[in-house]
Amino acid sequence: MTEPVLNVEGLRTHFFTDAGEIPAVDDVSFYINEGEVLGIVGESGCGKSVTSLSVMGLVPNPPGKIIGGTIDFRHSGGKVEDLRRVSGRRMRQIRGNQMAMIFQEPMTSLDPLYKIGYQITEGLRRHTKMNKKEAHRKAVDMLKIVGIPRAEQVATEYPHQLSGGMRQRVMIAMAMACDPELLIADEPTTALDVTIQAQILELMKKLNKEKGTALMLITHDLGVVAEMCDRVVVMYAGKVVEEGDVRTILKHPKHPYTQGLIRSLPKMSEREERLYSIPGTVPKPGSIKDGCRFAARCPHTFDRCVEETPELLPLAEGHACRCFLYDSLEGGGAHDRSTTAEGH
Amino acid sequence: MTDQPLLKVTNLKKYFPIKGGILGRPVGEVKAVDDVSFDVFEGEVLGIVGESGCGKSTTGKALLRLIEPTAGGVHFQGKDITTLGTDEMRKVRRDMQIIFQDPYASLNPRHNIGKILSEPLLVHGLAEKKERTEKVHEILRIVGLPPEAADRYPHQFSGGQRQRIGIARALIVRPKLIICDEPVSALDVSIQSQILNLMEDLQEEFGLTYVFIAHDLSVVKHISDRIAVMYLGKIVELADRDDLYDRPLHPYTESLMSAVPEPDPDVKKERIVLEGDVPSPSDPPPGCPFHNRCPYVMDVCREKVPALEAVHVNHYAACHLHTEEGGDADASINHLKGEKA
Repeated sequence: MTEPVLNVEGLRTHFFTDAGEIPAVDDVSFYINEGEVLGIVGESGCGKSVTSLSVMGLVPNPPGKIIGGTIDFRHSGGKVEDLRRVSGRRMRQIRGNQMAMIFQEPMTSLDPLYKIGYQITEGLRRHTKMNKKEAHRKAVDMLKIVGIPRAEQVATEYPHQLSGGMRQRVMIAMAMACDPELLIADEPTTALDVTIQAQILELMKKLNKEKGTALMLITHDLGVVAEMCDRVVVMYAGKVVEEGDVRTILKHPKHPYTQGLIRSLPKMSEREERLYSIPGTVPKPGSIKDGCRFAARCPHTFDRCVEETPELLPLAEGHACRCFLYDSLEGGGAHDRSTTAEGH
Repeated sequence: MTDQPLLKVTNLKKYFPIKGGILGRPVGEVKAVDDVSFDVFEGEVLGIVGESGCGKSTTGKALLRLIEPTAGGVHFQGKDITTLGTDEMRKVRRDMQIIFQDPYASLNPRHNIGKILSEPLLVHGLAEKKERTEKVHEILRIVGLPPEAADRYPHQFSGGQRQRIGIARALIVRPKLIICDEPVSALDVSIQSQILNLMEDLQEEFGLTYVFIAHDLSVVKHISDRIAVMYLGKIVELADRDDLYDRPLHPYTESLMSAVPEPDPDVKKERIVLEGDVPSPSDPPPGCPFHNRCPYVMDVCREKVPALEAVHVNHYAACHLHTEEGGDADASINHLKGEKA
């Protein structure tokens, strides 16, 4: 039976700025099973990147701080640790070793002053007992695995000598060097052209299949989600609004935001006269205190939406949605069920 | 559509010199736009699509002479604008406007929206002070912003609203042609569709002609009537929208379209994953610029540059797979002209 590699419960990450306290991530729960690809989808400012940084323990502090929730990480041996409670030293042992991350900008996340080979061996030498020579050999092997031609030479080159797609491959090689159980990829292909994006997605899929690495893929691109993910979490203004398997979310979305998002995309395989569009703009985090955060832009808003904050309601096995539209359907059992979905 | 194109681009080239050594002598050149020809008819949307570095933005800017073309002709309403002096060019720009990609960088942060929008009126001497304020309010209403916006500054607006301001600035002088350089690529999905719808409404209301430059194929497909696909400074395929998507002729177009992930788990596509990267435009491969990544490469592709030729009616492709032996560049351009006449 698969158990989650990562289980996040009630995560709250707030930013304390001059303008006040901003709840960037507000009570977010999700899990990722072994070998699974989970997509976290949302538009800018929805908190998806802060969620991933919180998991990695990389939220800039100050101004950011995780103020609530648990982040349970299960090691391959079966030991579970709450990453919020471990020491900085322990976190450094886990980060880059059991858990690694790929960032959006391959240009800025590689150090321009060090050779590619050195940057890959850095993690290996920290986390394993390999000596310099062994680590270098492993680095070259990793470069070969991620499909870099002339791997030996590239290892002795600097980041500026590589193209964007190649740099992203180097990032992946670096992240995968220590065979992590969980790989977090934050918009890994957003800065790349479509033909290069196709190459990188193909590579990540291959590594996920062959090594069984669980992948948390953060993206705004629903096309990438359809291509890659097993399950999807949709975020809006710091909260999870819908969660389910990829087919349910993309084909039968329940939350009006998810529905609107999918309908507003121009599609290659269809001919639409006019695009659907969600009116208004994404609210600033923290600007909406009471009620549903999507209420102002939702076509189905009724009184209750602005008065009460909806809970994440389970609709079917593995499918949950934060919307009052489905509350009445639930009848008396709704309250009980919603509390189980929320966790504690 | 009339018979005479609104904009006629012939053999447009833009080479950037590469300077090297202590004396800064030119040691080579980047052929950003290399011999590009196309027509844009009144009331249509011509999409230009391609990956980064293919020269699509340079083409857009060269059309307005924001980047001075190295060679070639740009005829706007029958007049060659590449030879015009500064004053005459400014007059022409009243009819040719541009919307930029980055709504953050293209608005002056020190000017309020009223000033930003009345600037084009002032430059072109189109309205007196009082009338200018009226026109600014009118254009704000047209693009869906409240009149109070005129007193605010760019930083007080979201990305989508700023793009509306960018559109308003282009539209206020009532141009005939707007070059749209990646107008929605910096925006979120839910905002992107708002802006696309607005641009379509405006096109209908004011009878505008767009040259729509973007890297996102699904966006270009949605808005365009005809589409030009660029690769390494050249147009490799040019066709009506549906024709291009249903029957792509160039292997690059084919792979580009297969690479776009569809937001539908049931759409299973034959994906053609291209090997390697786009070659550097300073050192393009000999022969067909695509030959080193092309799955159907033949011997002739390595030696001879294929010309853009009509394969079907209104469907042009630059590929040896579709050319008869010995079709030379001149003949194909005549062909192109013949087809349009």
